[in-house]
Amino acid sequence: MAFNIVKEKYRNKISQVTIGATKEEGGTRTSTVTIGGEEALPYLHFEGNIPNRPVTALEVWDIAPPGWNECFNQYYGDVYNDVGEWARKCVEEYGAEMICLRLKGADPDEDNRSADECEAALKKVLDSVGVPIIVLGCGKFEKDNEIFMKVAESGAGENLLMGVAEQENYKTLTAAALGYKHAIIAQSPIDINIAKQLNIMIGEMNFDTDRIVMDPTIAAVGYGIEYGYSIMQRARFGALGGDKAMAKPMIGNIGWEVWKTKEANAPVSDFPEWGEQEPRGINWEIVTATSLLCAGLNIAVLRHPSSLAVVKKTIDDLMKPNSY
Amino acid sequence: MGLTGLQIFKLLPKTNCGECDLPTCMAFAMALAQGKTSLDMCPYVSDEAKEQLESAAAPPIKKVTVGTGEFTRAIGDETEIFRHDKRFFNETILAIEVKDTDDVDAKCENFNDLKFERIGMEFVVDAVAVVNDSGDADKFKSAVETAVNKTERCLVLMSEDVDAMAKALEVAADRKPLIYAATNDNYEKMVELAKEKGCPLAVRGNGLMDTAELVDKVVAAGHKDLVIDPGSREMSQTLADLSQIRRAALRRVRTFGYPSMAVTTKEDPMEENSEATVYMSNYAQLIVMKTDEKAALVPLVSWRLNLYTDPQKPIAVEPGLYEVGEVNPDSPVYVTTNFSLTYFIVEGEVEGSKIPSYIISVDTDGISVLTAWADNKFSGDIIAKYIKDLGLEEKVNHKKIVIPGGVAVISGKLEDESGWEVIVGPREASGIPKFAREKFGK
Ligand code: SF4
Repeated sequence: MAFNIVKEKYRNKISQVTIGATKEEGGTRTSTVTIGGEEALPYLHFEGNIPNRPVTALEVWDIAPPGWNECFNQYYGDVYNDVGEWARKCVEEYGAEMICLRLKGADPDEDNRSADECEAALKKVLDSVGVPIIVLGCGKFEKDNEIFMKVAESGAGENLLMGVAEQENYKTLTAAALGYKHAIIAQSPIDINIAKQLNIMIGEMNFDTDRIVMDPTIAAVGYGIEYGYSIMQRARFGALGGDKAMAKPMIGNIGWEVWKTKEANAPVSDFPEWGEQEPRGINWEIVTATSLLCAGLNIAVLRHPSSLAVVKKTIDDLMKPNSY
Repeated sequence: MGLTGLQIFKLLPKTNCGECDLPTCMAFAMALAQGKTSLDMCPYVSDEAKEQLESAAAPPIKKVTVGTGEFTRAIGDETEIFRHDKRFFNETILAIEVKDTDDVDAKCENFNDLKFERIGMEFVVDAVAVVNDSGDADKFKSAVETAVNKTERCLVLMSEDVDAMAKALEVAADRKPLIYAATNDNYEKMVELAKEKGCPLAVRGNGLMDTAELVDKVVAAGHKDLVIDPGSREMSQTLADLSQIRRAALRRVRTFGYPSMAVTTKEDPMEENSEATVYMSNYAQLIVMKTDEKAALVPLVSWRLNLYTDPQKPIAVEPGLYEVGEVNPDSPVYVTTNFSLTYFIVEGEVEGSKIPSYIISVDTDGISVLTAWADNKFSGDIIAKYIKDLGLEEKVNHKKIVIPGGVAVISGKLEDESGWEVIVGPREASGIPKFAREKFGK
């Protein structure tokens, strides 16, 4: 029969962002990652170039994380109190391609750590591993604004990915990232208009918008992931169609979202029909991450070493060529 | 998408004889385009025109039904590339493989157990796929017979051996199983079987082009209840093939106007789960997989539910007073916003606490707690007023209300304005069960 392959033509491509800097580039990383640059919808290689594979990160905290499920003790329990060693384990034993350092200790409701302490935590991570680093504040605007400048400064030259800039609080972080040449995460609350607006506002501060990674805010499977999923699909399709303000790579805090849920944490005794707790939590991360990869996710920040291993393999498979 | 009046007019005899009860062929064409009359009112329309008109009126992807009774499942009848453009309609059928060399009885027992309750809904895994792994027709038949007796859910019969399939259908045909599969080598006989038994038929080619040719042959042989397996067993190519089938179908390439399916290849259950997620996210309407581990299937069926929900449904829930469980005047009262994600998470956790409770959903225009608070839509005075409006005082015999931990700062104002005692709850909803046990547990 006369069947013609349907190939879409796109007018635009996603911007390409490199994170991390080697010695030659003024940093101390032994590797860098480059994400974005897609010229087609996710993994439709036959349709356009998809030059860079999505990357995986594991999340580490500057304090022993209160409330993490006990199943993590066997992996991280011995390093919870040493963020450098924690990061090293994530990279050397578990194969993380990036480390996502969450400065939760700065949270006034946690340890209320100072900017100096945050700087020390970042230094430890930078000294322990060679992969590129994502640094997130504690999530409290006022406190984050106290620490961002110091953190940016101490990571100068390393080409960090810093977050998060939000509509109500983007100026300090943008200025810090601009001053010390870091990339930035622009986070919007499951709202595509705010996502676009925020990218534009950050650009208005003379920040190069090709250095933005968008976080459209995802949720876990079963908790409204479909909203974030559809926003990512719309953003990506719109971007390929010519909307430059949306043509940014995307990041998702999958571990953070998934391990908040009852389904990842509840012991099997509470819900026998849901199966064993740890594999259930891992699968919850895997399904959440994989579905979002299919919507265009570029950085998957995970928590469980097994989720990371599986998601990496899926990415290997998705990056194999397809053609007609 | 049907034809326009003008397109229909071109296919009519243009004699204006009036036998269709309309004065002219043009009037008839217009009426037909608007669905106000039916094609058989015109006795003179040619067979060829009839076929063109009928195929233009058919949905772009045929609806195919598998199974009988309570567990009948329909797939196909989809209209979109992206769920956000309208919605996806018919949830992917998940079929779990059982080999005829396995202990079929035990496997089916386990399969029947694959139903889960979450968020007050029951999820089931839809189908058992019996595989003729032995290559023996009698063995296949007896495995299928066991499955027929053991489960009422849908069946997929997997054998390329026409004789084995014929034998299996002797015991399974009235359950309307999906016959898997017609291939280049066996399609003539498989089509005969499927037609004779009135069962849906999977068509598996070797790659997309070959599959297209095979589908055309099968259709020409007279069967149209089809499910298409493009045959690639490599994740990236399968994703591309499934996308092509959906795109082509929506462009009215009739060859691909059927639901599509995929078969996983990964042996490790977690990798397989990820693989199935890829296919489900990329239009597969039926997935055959091996794992029957609950820990893998619960998130997968949850993703299916999410993917197939209607995106037009509002992002806000109706503000008001909600009851979770068998409430009484002693039940605790929680307050949250009417952002649906927040509300449902809180509701799920309150339900998980197993302590019947009230939840007040405050009208915050569907935005979350912290955003609403920053926006002055979730302040002490607004909540105080709402407690009064709801007449909560008459519902409970205590004056205590739990607020989200993230907005502890509103406690003072809320207490002053309402006269209720404010209890600061956990910051994350996931802390509610523990909190509730400690505060309200007996
Ligand atoms: S019956 Fe047919 S041919 Fe006659 S007027 Fe109607 S449409 Fe035209």
